Amino acid sequence: MSSATYTIWLRNLKRYIRSKSRIFGSLGQPLFFLVVLGFGLSSLNIPGATGGYLKFIIPGIIAMTVLFTSIFSGIQIIWDKQFGFLKETLVAPISRLSIMLGQTFGGATTALIQGLLIMILAFVIGGIFPSAMGLIIALVFMVLIGLAFTSLGIAIASKMEDMQGFQLIMNFVIFPIFLLSGALFPLTDAPKALKIITYFDPMTYGVEGMRYGILGSSSINPLICFLVLGGFAALMILIGSILFKKIKV
Amino acid sequence: MPNQENRLPMKSEEAIKVINLTKKFKDLTAVNNISFTVKKGEIFGFLGPNGAGKSTTLSMLATLLEPTQGTALVNGFSIRKDRDSVRRSIGMVFQDPTLDEELTAYENMDFHGRLYNVPATVRKKKILELLKLVELNERKDSLVKTFSGGMRRRLEIARGLLHEPKVLFLDEPTLGLDPQTRNKLWEYIKRLNTEKGLTIILTTHYMDEADKLSDRIAIIDNGKMIILDTPENLKNMIGGEIITVETPNGDKLESLMKNCKWCKSGKRHDGSFTLTVDHADKKIPELVQIANKNKIKINSIVIHKPSLEDVFLHFTGKTIREQEAGAIENLRQGRRMHGRMRRR
Repeated sequence: MSSATYTIWLRNLKRYIRSKSRIFGSLGQPLFFLVVLGFGLSSLNIPGATGGYLKFIIPGIIAMTVLFTSIFSGIQIIWDKQFGFLKETLVAPISRLSIMLGQTFGGATTALIQGLLIMILAFVIGGIFPSAMGLIIALVFMVLIGLAFTSLGIAIASKMEDMQGFQLIMNFVIFPIFLLSGALFPLTDAPKALKIITYFDPMTYGVEGMRYGILGSSSINPLICFLVLGGFAALMILIGSILFKKIKV
Repeated sequence: MPNQENRLPMKSEEAIKVINLTKKFKDLTAVNNISFTVKKGEIFGFLGPNGAGKSTTLSMLATLLEPTQGTALVNGFSIRKDRDSVRRSIGMVFQDPTLDEELTAYENMDFHGRLYNVPATVRKKKILELLKLVELNERKDSLVKTFSGGMRRRLEIARGLLHEPKVLFLDEPTLGLDPQTRNKLWEYIKRLNTEKGLTIILTTHYMDEADKLSDRIAIIDNGKMIILDTPENLKNMIGGEIITVETPNGDKLESLMKNCKWCKSGKRHDGSFTLTVDHADKKIPELVQIANKNKIKINSIVIHKPSLEDVFLHFTGKTIREQEAGAIENLRQGRRMHGRMRRR
């Protein structure tokens, strides 16, 4: 890792640790999902959601936290553009790629921390204790989700002039990615059309991979999940760096 | 590492050599074929209205924008071929703020030092030194968002010096600051120049700033360089003195003075009339006589040596304020076109 990449990663982390209200504020949403949906729907017997609905959605809620945090981290480049700070990095004698990678690793790291926080809360609420191996598997998938979607955020930010289009991104990119991932419903008994769509959502493989790690079983082979999500992450980093290279201030 | 092959021939006393530099944004020519050299250790001022092409020129010299035509050598490095070497050898303070408000002053400096590979062993010492120089050492651990405009500017200047650049670019360094802060900043800039021997290129649309700071001034207007000389020489070019007559009958006076033999030039503005003449003190009685004879009311008469404002007026035919109104409109149109082009 070049020192420029490290420097930008460090800045992201410093800003993250400093924004206490953001850390706790963004725990609210996944916590609501978990408690309201988890307990609210626990009386329904949903086929495929073995062990109860609350446990079933825990991996999906953790994945959601990582997904949202990482996309936001990537999109933050727009703020850097608007507040001028991006110029300071762009005029430095460093490559655009090292800036982009620093931003990606920074975003993925903060998303991972945020995911771990919600993971601890969820484990306590759901009363589950996965094996060490299962935890490691879950962490690997969290890292991949973080890398992939921070890069996607950077790619989007490179194309956006200001935060005007943010609502559009939120409604037509982030939410569909989350809702179609099978985070909230079992894929096994979903209608065929919906099932096909979920297979095109890269997030599905993240959620399923985490489900395997945390609950010990998943409807998609974890190795396939790893390969698909890993490939998607690599592709996103590539696209993100190409678009970031063309960014103008 | 600077590549020896990319070092182009340049006289040793030159810091910057600009050759036919041109930048076009679709139909708008923001910078039109300008050439000049900046000597080492000089404060070089770019004077012109907003939108004249000053910032665009600076952006090209700092390798943030690619020239459409022409090139420049900065510290011997080509801005087209050797961008990283150029970047390492210059410090840049942009017109708009470029600090991270969520970080402290020290952290902003540290970020910069790391990006420019200032070794850890000297980084801390240098940061503290520079913060002291701009009198921010006591606020080094405060978040930048708590800083005033003047403090931010000072921090940006200190930051721009951290990697020991040979040339410092200052784009409108005192824009939007109060007079007291401006004076203070001018002192810093002068001191950097004399004590550290730093070559400084600044752009400004403030006459007093250009006059007070620059060793040489380039007047730039509509993307073209109109003239380049020392402030003294520029003022001497106009010569003589300027009589400003405040009168409600400016147009009448103008027509009367049209065939005056001793007037070098005359121009009517809102509520006043200016004449450029030699030996103004001797010409005033005559002027008053003419006015009296023709029943022109005179409210006041002022004589002054030509200022840069007069120089600007002389060479561009407009005051800088009149000029700005048109230039900004041009720029806006240019940006719009540029924006459309980019979205395609």
